[in-house]
Amino acid sequence: MTATADRKVRSNREAGARAGGPVDSIDAAGLGRARAAGLVAPALVLVLAFLVVPAAWTVYLGVTDYRLTGIQAANPEFVGLDNFTAALADPDFRNSLWLTLLFVLGSAIVGQTVAGFALAWTLRTVPKLVRSVVETLVLLAWILPSSIVAFLWVAYLSGDGGTLNAMLQTSGTEWLLEHPMASIIVFNTWRGTAFSMLLFSAALGAVPPSQLESARLAGAGAFAQLRDVVLPHIRGHVLTNTLLISLWTFNDFSPYLLTAGGPNHASETLPVFIYNKALYGGQLGYGSAISFIMLLINLVIALFYVRLLRERR
Amino acid sequence: MRTRSVVGRLALVAFLAAVLAFWALPMLWLVTAPFDSQPGLDVSWPDWTLANFQKLSENPYAFSSLQNSVYLAVGTMLGVTALAALAAYSLSRVRIPGRNGILYGLLLLSSIVTGTAAMVPIFQLMFQLNLIDDRSGVILVLTGGLLPAAIFILKDFMDATPKSYEESARVFGASPTQVLRHVVLPIVRPGLATIAVWALVNVWSDFLTAYILLRDPAKIPAGVVMYTFYSEGGQANLPLISAFSLVYALPVVALYLFVNRRYGFRFHGGIKS
Repeated sequence: MTATADRKVRSNREAGARAGGPVDSIDAAGLGRARAAGLVAPALVLVLAFLVVPAAWTVYLGVTDYRLTGIQAANPEFVGLDNFTAALADPDFRNSLWLTLLFVLGSAIVGQTVAGFALAWTLRTVPKLVRSVVETLVLLAWILPSSIVAFLWVAYLSGDGGTLNAMLQTSGTEWLLEHPMASIIVFNTWRGTAFSMLLFSAALGAVPPSQLESARLAGAGAFAQLRDVVLPHIRGHVLTNTLLISLWTFNDFSPYLLTAGGPNHASETLPVFIYNKALYGGQLGYGSAISFIMLLINLVIALFYVRLLRERR
Repeated sequence: MRTRSVVGRLALVAFLAAVLAFWALPMLWLVTAPFDSQPGLDVSWPDWTLANFQKLSENPYAFSSLQNSVYLAVGTMLGVTALAALAAYSLSRVRIPGRNGILYGLLLLSSIVTGTAAMVPIFQLMFQLNLIDDRSGVILVLTGGLLPAAIFILKDFMDATPKSYEESARVFGASPTQVLRHVVLPIVRPGLATIAVWALVNVWSDFLTAYILLRDPAKIPAGVVMYTFYSEGGQANLPLISAFSLVYALPVVALYLFVNRRYGFRFHGGIKS
């Protein structure tokens, strides 16, 4: 880092000296620190206002009994850690935490990782046309607006003439009401596999074909090849992928569009729980305490991720 | 060995068929229902008609919501691209005090403070600022949310472009503004395009931010308006929803096809992560 910077300084000095210009500039375009800071400032102000302030505000609101309406709306009182102890004692919150864990485990760590890897692995060898058709479908599921895909799944799983029932001959099964968690887990696997597929495709592209070839010549089966040749090469990618998709799935709001957390809290993951409690139910203080717990969990995942990035640089 | 390869082949075909069915079946409705004279929730060969689009064009909120989506998406895209470019360039080329701390903080922030985790304080903040039901407020929140990741990606991109062009332009007496406009901007254009497309698609798909910050039906964007298309009896208005979904999806599909044809939609081997 410093070595590069020093070299930059030196070459700039030389350039400046040759041109007879100012010698004090250390940057290529000759911005100078003050102007550079001025260019960074607008972005930082926005980030500060709409990310840092809200994060800090979560902490403040979380220790008050703030509500959307009523007396507590006018002058909220400091209640200390009451919201947090209330949350830990709230069966709905514990239920929601458990459902979120299931959702992340089922749809991200198992569903998207396995489907993404299986797709990346098999699509290497299939004809180009098949490959691009499959990739396009998987990618569209990922990039289409969430309102549309949510409605597509509501229609697909509907008990009133939905396509899934027509195919399985299970007429009248309301999947979203009878199996809400399974439904949103399958939905999110469908929705998010594209990222894992792309990442593993790139990772597999970096595995030297010669090593795979020699393993095959040595009589290694597909499983042995995967375990002994491929896995050591892509271990870092697997970890990166797991952390990122866990983070995104943990913060995903689309279950709300499918089940709104119901029936009777049966699919109320944390983001939906916060929405229902704070913005729908008006308990802003309590909702903020839960948000703060969410921020902490995000922080833990993000710290792992950043450490991983630093190690690889 | 031979039977094994036949079995392997069959397994591969079965797997691909299952994959195709799994991903395609839920999407088929988007292609059939809009053209059906009486769309239901099932996928069936449509009784071809364009009447649903006729109904859509008569709906007062369908068109305005798409306009709102364009306004939010373009506004946020311009804000994110411009501010991120300036910040990323300065952070890449100038050793501003505390630079590493800023970058580290941005990387953490972008993953920690998500729309869902921060929806309560953001609602609260916008309420205090009197920006509820204000589209500029939505643009500000979305811009603030997308900026950290955009700065990070662009800074990586700028680090990888050579400084020698800027240095020679300086040697020939160009002012910093001229260097930025005529030398740096053309070089980093692909990076800016990436960020622009990424921001567009993100905002076009956004549901939550607009859902919690906008109330007036004339101001809500396409992602939210879909959930107001119900008949008096509380039934989903399928002719309207299906036709609207298709119109709302088309720009994303078009953008995907364009990007895929032009650049190829994949991460390249040299991906950092």
